[in-house]
Amino acid sequence: MSNIHQKTWNILLIVVLGGLILGLPLFLGKYYLHFFIMIFFFAFLGSAWNILGGYAGQFSFGHAAFFGTGVFTSTLLQIHAGVNPWIGMLLAGIAGMGLGLFIGFLSFRYGLRGPYFALAMLALAEMLKLIAIEWMTSRYPLGITIPLRGDSLLYFQFRDKVPYYYISFLMMAGALFLTRFIEVRKIGSYFKAIRENESAAEALGINVFRYKLIAMAISAFLTAVGGTFYSQYYLNIEEESAFGAGISIEILMGPIIGGAGTVFGPLLGAGILEFLSETTRNFLGGYSGVHLMIYGAVLVFVIIFLPHGIMGGLQETFRKITKGQTKT
Amino acid sequence: MIILEVKEITKRFGGLVALKDLSFKLRQGEILGIIGPNGAGKTTLFNVITSFHRPETGKIFFKGEDITELRPYQICRKGLARTFQITQPFANLTVLENVKIGAYNHIPSSREATDEALRILEAVGLIEKRNERATSLSIGHRKKLELAKAMATRPEVILLDEVVAGLNSREANDMIAYIHHIQKQGITILLIEHVMKAIMSLSNRIVVIHYGQKISEGKPEEVSKDPKVIEAYLGEEYILAKHQRS
Amino acid sequence: MNFPGLPLLLQSIVSGILMGGVYSLVAIGLTLIFGVMQIINFAHGSLMMLGMFTTYWLYVLMGVDPYLSLLFSIPICFVLGLLIERFLITPVLDAPAHNQLLLTLGLSLFIENLALFLWSPNFRTLDIPYLQTAVTVGTVMISFPKLVAFFFALLLTAFLYYFLKNTDLGKAIRAASMEREGALTVGINLRWVYCLAFGIGTACVGAAGTLSAPFFYVNPSVGGIFVITAYVVVVFGGMGNFIGALVGGLIIGVAESVGAAFFPGQLKKFIIYFIFILILLFKPEGIFGRRSE
Repeated sequence: MSNIHQKTWNILLIVVLGGLILGLPLFLGKYYLHFFIMIFFFAFLGSAWNILGGYAGQFSFGHAAFFGTGVFTSTLLQIHAGVNPWIGMLLAGIAGMGLGLFIGFLSFRYGLRGPYFALAMLALAEMLKLIAIEWMTSRYPLGITIPLRGDSLLYFQFRDKVPYYYISFLMMAGALFLTRFIEVRKIGSYFKAIRENESAAEALGINVFRYKLIAMAISAFLTAVGGTFYSQYYLNIEEESAFGAGISIEILMGPIIGGAGTVFGPLLGAGILEFLSETTRNFLGGYSGVHLMIYGAVLVFVIIFLPHGIMGGLQETFRKITKGQTKT
Repeated sequence: MIILEVKEITKRFGGLVALKDLSFKLRQGEILGIIGPNGAGKTTLFNVITSFHRPETGKIFFKGEDITELRPYQICRKGLARTFQITQPFANLTVLENVKIGAYNHIPSSREATDEALRILEAVGLIEKRNERATSLSIGHRKKLELAKAMATRPEVILLDEVVAGLNSREANDMIAYIHHIQKQGITILLIEHVMKAIMSLSNRIVVIHYGQKISEGKPEEVSKDPKVIEAYLGEEYILAKHQRS
Repeated sequence: MNFPGLPLLLQSIVSGILMGGVYSLVAIGLTLIFGVMQIINFAHGSLMMLGMFTTYWLYVLMGVDPYLSLLFSIPICFVLGLLIERFLITPVLDAPAHNQLLLTLGLSLFIENLALFLWSPNFRTLDIPYLQTAVTVGTVMISFPKLVAFFFALLLTAFLYYFLKNTDLGKAIRAASMEREGALTVGINLRWVYCLAFGIGTACVGAAGTLSAPFFYVNPSVGGIFVITAYVVVVFGGMGNFIGALVGGLIIGVAESVGAAFFPGQLKKFIIYFIFILILLFKPEGIFGRRSE
């Protein structure tokens, strides 16, 4: 009885939320659309990072390596070989995955762990950035612009922000579903086991090396796909926004603040960060870097007071409350 | 039938010889106890059998197959599970999730793995703690969890590293009863234990190692009368006696 | 690839050694903190930048000679390091390593962007005539401020080395870096040692900042340029290895400078990262370290 009740409620909730999200663009101006697109976009990237960092416990400080690979793969294929950006998106994912498997193979085979893995990833992203700079300065000193084709779903280009809103929302929803799908299955349990204790995981029959590579492949694939979205949204790319350390940091900030290793952590984190960055921009618009200063302070605060992020903190409080109730 | 054979194993750490030319056989269905003074190389032996350490020379055979070169997870998949002396829980996961991870070794579906894990938690007496995080457990419960995880992989042979040590007497008796219960399921047990009373009553046979070498082997009552064994332990007992006096 | 002539090669070796001294000083601060607390300090570069700005503002506002400002930048950075350790690092000492890394990352984001907010991203330089002079030996030109930086860096390193080897406080720090529990049992107050190590590490990088200000530009993101090289030096010399950081700094300094003569543009940095990844993968204990089990 109560089970059926629960189900009706869940369906109702999904319908209401879904309706709200789908209907929102009717009421929102350009500015707010962009705000939501950025939330969905960073929630998507954060979810991608979360699978490797939050679930499998391999903290990467250089996810820009995959992101930038995605940005450049689909754009260059489009410009030089006329490849459709949707196909380019898939190929970008595959390229990102290939890079992920390569660096993952080396790192995990030679036992790079914790901060060392984080730094190696950072160095990888910086190396790719240097290559991109070297290559671009003679060819595209002003960055690469994707030729405009007007409104076209086929070419993944729109004058209006609304289609981007829906696409980014679908991407994010897909990533969240995928995370949930992984979380409740064997593969998710294995990721968490590796995060918590590698030797114990190995002793229970888990091929730690293989599962780390799987997490890396999924994470890198999605991140690179996000890169293509970025190219198609801005239609102009350059090295710093593709491979820069800033992108790596923005990707991981969301899940860290919202709660790494939880499904909704990246979304919550992205929402908070976008909100903070927009508010500071409105109040202190003239000064560059203020929103990053706030990001830094938030990061320090979260690490000290909420080491498992906001979702982790909520779960902990919830655990304490329910425990208190059963005792009385 | 011999289910596990350790053959002429030598393991060095730098200049230190931890295991020297060590051989013994484990018969199907028995409980074989490994004893020896502190630093005799018991835990190293477990680490070598389960491939966490590679031996310099010698081989390990499981059901006649050479498993020396396999990786630890492959050894578990073959049906050889272990516990760790210093318990290794997945700290931030619940007790149930911990055991489920073991069960996934032979069950791919989440629902069935949950059922299997609950069965094992019931048997070891941790069922009430199933939704608690592993970090919040007491030492006694951690040892049980360690054992439950290994049992969930459905092993043919299980290596138990000091699962009784550190328990109070009631917990110790529960644990001993559970180990007997494991044996009745047809699982072969290799046991390291510091608590002499426990190992002498549990083991069908005993192997004594000292400075990484086997110095005696036989029934518990035979081994305890072996002069070489008494001599090896004399030093330790002397130290023990001194500790108790101060 | 370019093939430089012998004079250019000599010139780059000498410049490399001089820069190497500064790298060593930055790296020693980093490696000291890592050795004692096992923390990779991501904010090291931002703290160096603060050292540079201290020198810059002291000169611009009060006309203090840049080398005299060592007397200010060292104590300022030392106290700043103590405070950071006490209020930000202490709470996460037992946290997972990646959380410690994230904390220092947050700190560096905060400091750098605060500097950006306060002082703008403009490139500033110290315009003092005597800093433009150079000594010429044969074909090799040695810039005066680089020479001073090199000798000061060596002097400070020697001083620090003496302090760690021969004073009780220094011995306590070394003991804590070798074995945490051992240090505890002999009654060393670890909290104080951590504070001190972080303070000294920060003072080192602050001094390096002051010494670099005369021959480099000053802006909020300048620290990263030195510190990324310092990470490579630290990994190269072995994490926590004092002598390794000193020698590693000189080697990397020369390698970078000679590399720049061969490979123009961005490639020299590319090679530094490449070496960094290779060492992490294949020789994580550093070139001078031994693998411990």
